[in-house]
Amino acid sequence: MFDFDFKIVTEWLHALLTGVMPEWAAILTESILVALAIITLYAVFAIVLIYMERKVCAAFQCRLGPMRVGPWGTLQVFGDVFKMLTKEIINLRKTDMFLHNLAPFLVVTASMTTFACLPWNKGAQIIDFNVGIFFFLAISSLGVVGILLAGWSSNNKYSLIGAMRSGAQIISYELSIGMTMLTMICLTGTMSFSEICAQQAAEGWNIFRGHIPAVIAFVIYLIAGNAECNRGPFDLPECESELTAGYHTEYSGMHFGYYYLAEYLNLFICAGMASTIFLGGWAPLVIPGLEGFNEVMACIPGAVWFVGKTFFVVFLLMWLRWTFPRLRIDQILSLEWKYLVPLSMINLVLMALVIAYGLHF
Amino acid sequence: MDSHNIMFVILAVFIVLSSIATVTTKSIVRAATYLLFVLIGTAGLYFLMGYTFLGSVQVMVYAGGIVVLYVFSILLTSGNHEVLSKNTKLKIASSALLSVVGLGVFLFFLFKEQFKAAALGAPDESVITMDRIGRFMLSTDSQGYLLPFEAVSVLLLACIVAGLLIARKR
Repeated sequence: MFDFDFKIVTEWLHALLTGVMPEWAAILTESILVALAIITLYAVFAIVLIYMERKVCAAFQCRLGPMRVGPWGTLQVFGDVFKMLTKEIINLRKTDMFLHNLAPFLVVTASMTTFACLPWNKGAQIIDFNVGIFFFLAISSLGVVGILLAGWSSNNKYSLIGAMRSGAQIISYELSIGMTMLTMICLTGTMSFSEICAQQAAEGWNIFRGHIPAVIAFVIYLIAGNAECNRGPFDLPECESELTAGYHTEYSGMHFGYYYLAEYLNLFICAGMASTIFLGGWAPLVIPGLEGFNEVMACIPGAVWFVGKTFFVVFLLMWLRWTFPRLRIDQILSLEWKYLVPLSMINLVLMALVIAYGLHF
Repeated sequence: MDSHNIMFVILAVFIVLSSIATVTTKSIVRAATYLLFVLIGTAGLYFLMGYTFLGSVQVMVYAGGIVVLYVFSILLTSGNHEVLSKNTKLKIASSALLSVVGLGVFLFFLFKEQFKAAALGAPDESVITMDRIGRFMLSTDSQGYLLPFEAVSVLLLACIVAGLLIARKR
């Protein structure tokens, strides 16, 4: 049984640091180390995701995707990143420069804070409150402010319309995400990510435990999550044919890069949340009765399980994106308010009934 | 000094500076942005005390809800370069008076109630858990909050019905 608790490492580090410096300095050093780790992971996953998106997109369109730079085009994304880093950041005239420069940082900060909520392994968690899921929802709602400010401070009609659409869309779809999370909290009885994962390691994944309502919640979560990340078929805020590029039309260089980064990482965070809440987080797949199979599965480290499940959900979301055509804004809003919200409310009641009558596993 | 006391000082300075910036800036969108910083700083204080639920509510309702609503309504209503009206003498005098009275009341209670002047303890999340908050919300005991909870939901329902009535097709 590969049951490695990451707490051993963090406690060892804390003991080591408090031995040589006062406690506040030790905590500060640890915070800096953790922040560096998050930022590195954030950048690495963004590069992996961009490469994956290009290849998946190409596969769905019967193309090869990037092939020239490096073997199978693996160095293409690095080339793009260096190009982005060396580009000039253009200052616009007659705009509020302070807000214009602040907006991408708000978006990236919200995205990084939610990234820190993900449970990577047993004990390897950065933010683990007992209101974990609620905190996650709260912080992810901060990104909207950045998008609205970006649209306003660009002093451009296309940007403003893009920001308004994006704001309306994100605020609407937050509702069904909250509802589906509430459905799953009914099942787990806790909001802390570490407890949710530990529970699923002991009793099986939530999507199996909660059967019908959990599967409905999973589907609603995937749809709403895709909309929350401003990705196709819900990529109206940046539909290039009508709004040039939506709220980030006027951004150049790395400021545009931050939006790009946040978009891909939001995809990863959305998928990571789905794998934590529905697919067991770092818990391995356990099939009752097949002891040999379970032993083999338990040998795989938790972090590999988590990242693997997350990339599986990312693939589902990319499949969704490259299969469906873009919706109109009224279709997006009526999909949310007329179908998804009532459906998730009924699903919540269904889940409550399933739990009240003890019909779950 | 412990790390949480250093953090308290940082947050306090951040909140004070952002609050001053909120009221002194001329642009209304900037004022809303600084207000966002004040609210996030306040949420940081709650987290520092271990009240994670309250902190999350603060971020969710004020930072993610109210400020977004403000920015949205500013975007929908005003032009790009809307500036505040000129400060008349009467306006300055009345607001100065109000501020002095507010400060006086605040200081009076601060010294009268003898608030704990000791340093902040380490944040402890187990002070009040999510589970207990949920039970208090829906309990009918002497300390239960079922009646206010239901009253608020009726109020929200009334707001939604009123909104629909205004926005309906005639």
